[in-house]
Amino acid sequence: MRDTHPLMGFVSRGFRGKRRDTASSARVPPGQYVVTDFPVLSAGPTPRVNLDQWTFSIEGEIDEPKRWTWKEFRALAAETVTKDIHCVTKWSKLDTTWKGVSVDTLMEGVETAAEFTTVFSDAGYTTNIPLDDITGNKAWVVYEFDGQPLHPEHGGPVRFLVPHLYFWKSAKWVRGIRLQNEEHPGFWESNGYNMYGDPWREQRYWGD
Amino acid sequence: MISRGPRLITWQLGVLAEIVQETPRVSSLYFDAPDWPGHLAGQHVDVRLTADDGYQAERSYSIASAPEDRRLALTVERLDDGEVSPYLVGELRVGDKLELRGPIGGYFVWRGEEERPLLLIGGGSGVVPLMSMLRHRSHVARKAPARLLFSSRTLADVIYHAELEHLSSADGGLRVFHTLTREKPAGWTGYTRRIDEAMVKEVVWPTQDMVDVFVCGPTSFVEAAASLLVAMGYDPRAVKTERFGATGG
Repeated sequence: MRDTHPLMGFVSRGFRGKRRDTASSARVPPGQYVVTDFPVLSAGPTPRVNLDQWTFSIEGEIDEPKRWTWKEFRALAAETVTKDIHCVTKWSKLDTTWKGVSVDTLMEGVETAAEFTTVFSDAGYTTNIPLDDITGNKAWVVYEFDGQPLHPEHGGPVRFLVPHLYFWKSAKWVRGIRLQNEEHPGFWESNGYNMYGDPWREQRYWGD
Repeated sequence: MISRGPRLITWQLGVLAEIVQETPRVSSLYFDAPDWPGHLAGQHVDVRLTADDGYQAERSYSIASAPEDRRLALTVERLDDGEVSPYLVGELRVGDKLELRGPIGGYFVWRGEEERPLLLIGGGSGVVPLMSMLRHRSHVARKAPARLLFSSRTLADVIYHAELEHLSSADGGLRVFHTLTREKPAGWTGYTRRIDEAMVKEVVWPTQDMVDVFVCGPTSFVEAAASLLVAMGYDPRAVKTERFGATGG
């Protein structure tokens, strides 16, 4: 819950703000503003990924773990999706276009009792997401942005995309999904950020 | 003290007590925030502005003050096409109230509990969380050796210039290296170019030392600095970064 009540009615003297047009404002969650560039946020140096050694795995609570090489991964059926993305640092970017493989495609034939996942990356980054939030046409493993190969600063060669949650859940340099029976906080979730991260409920931080 | 477990980070009101103009575009705002729970050097704060019709805008700003300081300080660069920063730097007056929420972030923080060397690399207003660390360091008894490499556009754009001179002249364990990217003033003894391999090699410790590294600035600056450190053999996991884009506040 957002704690708004104690300050109800507070007005910032002299503030008018830059209003956005109403057509896009319905698409912008509370506390967010629209950008037209593509800011970069990462906790450390940008890793340089060697595609010869790259694999994508589904592991954890699964009878037969799955693994794709880069060549195998690129042979999977791909989709192009256009989504709005929302970063917890307050910017939103509308109508971003990505190409990649739906998590539903990767999960085909997988039987699991797991309800949670940890999405993991090169450079040790992790983020936790409920399994229901990455299946059912809600998440992709993407390698193109705006028709171009994904730039390393933005998570290339391959990043996760789960646009209905704050963008830190869309892990850069992604290498796999670990299926888990319990929820384990990931990198930012261990550092003050919300376990779930729904932008429409402004779940930015612990306790939101 | 900071609680370690999950807790609600609530909105509260701070009262602007003092404005210090640091450069033509940058001011420090000192707030009395009686309900502030305390923070760690490097953390940030969310700011929320509300217009009289209920329209709101939120942004995040790095905290400039040390945890020990009496007032909570933000140092804000005015972005002419921004929405919040022109209000904070230009409209907000001493005595005005501001909605704040924090502290935010538990990764880009320096606790000052260890004597491992501290390497800080900042570009422009990216120096703000690094300044919180240096101010914190000035309060701790056992000081880690520290170096700051600070890139500014021109001499007039150097944020905290006098305070950095003061801190480093009073403390043999702190060295501050400046570089200016758009000006070569007469008599200037610092660097006058963008950060590069030769500069980083002259400034930083050999990689065999365990060093805590914090890099903050515009994206291109951070990418350049972090890549140079990794190429020199720094462990990527020891290099903590914060980036900000051209847009923002």
